[in-house]
Amino acid sequence: MADTAIRTKDQTPTIEGMAEGMAKPAGALDARLAALNLPQQGGFSARARQDALGRLRAMGLPGPRDEYWRYTDPRGFNAPVPQALPIPHADETPLFDGLDKLTLVFVDGAFDEAASDDLALDGVEIATLAQADTVGSWAADLYGVLESAGQTPVKRPFAALNTAAARDGVLIRVTRTPSRPIHVVHRRGATDADAMWHHVIRVEQGAELTLLETGMSGARSNGVIEVDVARGGKFHHVASKRAVDPKVGISHVFARIASQAQFKSFTLSVNGTVMRNEAVIDIAGDDAVAHIAAAVLGDGEQAPFHHDDTVFITHGAERCESRQVFKKVLKNGATGVFQGKILVKPGAQKTDGYQISQALLLDERSQFLAKPELEIYADDVKCSHGSTTGAIDDEALFYLRSRGVPRERAIVFLVLSFLADALAEVEDEGLRDRIYERLDVWLTLNAVH
Amino acid sequence: MLKIDNLHVKLEEEDKQILKGLSLEVPAGQVHAIMGPNGSGKSTLSYVLSGRDGYVVTEGTATLDGDSLLDMEPEERAAAGLFLAFQYPVEIPGVGNMTFLRTALNAQRKARGQDELSSGDFLKLVRAKAADLQISPDMLKRPVNVGFSGGEKKRNEILQMAMLEPRMCIMDETDSGLDVDAMRLVSDGVNALRSPDRSFLVITHYQRLLNHIQPDVVHIMADGRIVTSGGPELALQVEQEGYGDLLAEAR
Ligand SMILES: Nc1ncnc2c1ncn2[C@@H]1O[C@H](COP(=O)(O)OP(=O)(O)OP(=O)(O)O)[C@@H](O)[C@H]1O
Ligand SMILES: [Mg+2]
Repeated sequence: MADTAIRTKDQTPTIEGMAEGMAKPAGALDARLAALNLPQQGGFSARARQDALGRLRAMGLPGPRDEYWRYTDPRGFNAPVPQALPIPHADETPLFDGLDKLTLVFVDGAFDEAASDDLALDGVEIATLAQADTVGSWAADLYGVLESAGQTPVKRPFAALNTAAARDGVLIRVTRTPSRPIHVVHRRGATDADAMWHHVIRVEQGAELTLLETGMSGARSNGVIEVDVARGGKFHHVASKRAVDPKVGISHVFARIASQAQFKSFTLSVNGTVMRNEAVIDIAGDDAVAHIAAAVLGDGEQAPFHHDDTVFITHGAERCESRQVFKKVLKNGATGVFQGKILVKPGAQKTDGYQISQALLLDERSQFLAKPELEIYADDVKCSHGSTTGAIDDEALFYLRSRGVPRERAIVFLVLSFLADALAEVEDEGLRDRIYERLDVWLTLNAVH
Repeated sequence: MLKIDNLHVKLEEEDKQILKGLSLEVPAGQVHAIMGPNGSGKSTLSYVLSGRDGYVVTEGTATLDGDSLLDMEPEERAAAGLFLAFQYPVEIPGVGNMTFLRTALNAQRKARGQDELSSGDFLKLVRAKAADLQISPDMLKRPVNVGFSGGEKKRNEILQMAMLEPRMCIMDETDSGLDVDAMRLVSDGVNALRSPDRSFLVITHYQRLLNHIQPDVVHIMADGRIVTSGGPELALQVEQEGYGDLLAEAR
């Protein structure tokens, strides 16, 4: 079936709209930048940082009338400094404990050498941004480059801010598939830290990398990952973000995928106050695959919960497949947002694009705001999108209870059942099982009544 | 074992009376069958007994060994020994059949103050019982009822029943959708469970099942009550003559 030229232009954020929304007093941005203490000189990234600063000044910070920020209040990100938050103590064993992996620890976005493994892994070059910036790096070709490309057609000022200001992160270049995954662990350090990090990853031709990411940093965080997957390469990203405090965070992933390459990303998010995850995926080569999925648990009881996933996938080549699977479980007045777009460029024939966003509302005070968009300029493509909002299925709940499964446990089952399609996007069965187990623990602890 | 007295039930959402003074008693060790025209309230009775939402009991009682069922949560009824094999078993994607069954079994054991079954013991048990019902290991691993054929779903219900070992088993049209061989499997499964301290209430439209599972009593239900009861010959009469005369006589 060819869904030709489906355009929901009325919903598409326009450049004009952005410009209008962005018309802010320059003072807000100046104050934001002043609080940052920008790196004065840099090595390989100096030029990219300058350019990013220029982009940011041209864009300004988002305002409440900004189309792309209609569902999420940008004030927490615009404020010069975050609100200080006490450091919670670790209340559980880390999700990927015991796995054979290379661990890199970042405290409030800064590399913690003492807590990390040696940066040695066969087939992989690993360096930290802070170190490499003094000596030069292959990453010079990518740092800020994918971010910059991802600024069209939608502006992403906090990503530009990150490129300009991030002091640390990890640079990973995979030439041969390593024997174990790389695990980036984020930790909180200071109560008022405004954490920022910027990772650059290049998976060379035919190589494969699994990147695990867990933990939280800063009282506020801003993370960028730029990923370039060369021909036939594979990149798997499995992230778990569980806030035990009411923090504010934004993240961006910018990916460029060459022919026959694969990009697969899964994020589990739990709580937090205002979280926004943006993904900008450019499928640039034929026969490539990009999947992005998230499972989100939001509880508004302790603090207001607002979780925004904003995805933009561009099909620029033939016979590529993209899949977006987003599932949010919301309760106690939590808000979930999904803005997902598939853009199929002229000539991107035989595109197979799929997008689903679903919310399970556990009470009537919670809400889900979804804006799915398709923009298609090729005539032989298959694209579909769907969005649903629902409650626990009474029929299934009764079935489970009639077998003696207590109500709370039955609801945990049904929540896991709801999330199953998103979790299925984690290819590695061992990782997936760990995530299931952890989710089970969290859901049981946090029992829904 | 099960005693239902003058049960009146209406729908919660609308003013529609479905059970209109139903009385029935199933002594321990017996098998009773309920037959009756479509829409007479048989499934409603089974749902009300097992505690589904959406119904209001306006009058009457239902007890299991003297304890009022109607005041219990569905899971408490299950732990007390009540089991309903659904007319339409529910599909639950993303929840493994075994995980579900093990959780259910252990929750019931816990509620009754018994030790939980270890995963090894559970596995052994479920494999043996599944084999009896010709349920493949693959079906055990799949999500609950997802992608099961109609007959497979019914066999899965009986597997759950065999695992949970309830005292009072209600089977709502378990025979519908079963092929001849599956009917025999299911009947063998049920007969294997028959014991002096276990009772069955078998809802069916067809006499055929009752050839395999010999009932002690057959009840005819119409318009929300039991209109007549008798021996197995009543089922034969229904099979041959339909409900017309029986219902007319009862009026
Ligand atoms: N939730 C409901 N909403 C509306 N009507 C209902 C509801 N539940 C039951 N009914 C009605 O109550 C009556 C009894 O239904 P029930 O399913 O108990 O019949 P049954 O005897 O099991 O029929 P069958 O032999 O077809 O399975 C029917 O008229 C049915 O339409
Ligand atoms: Mg029925």
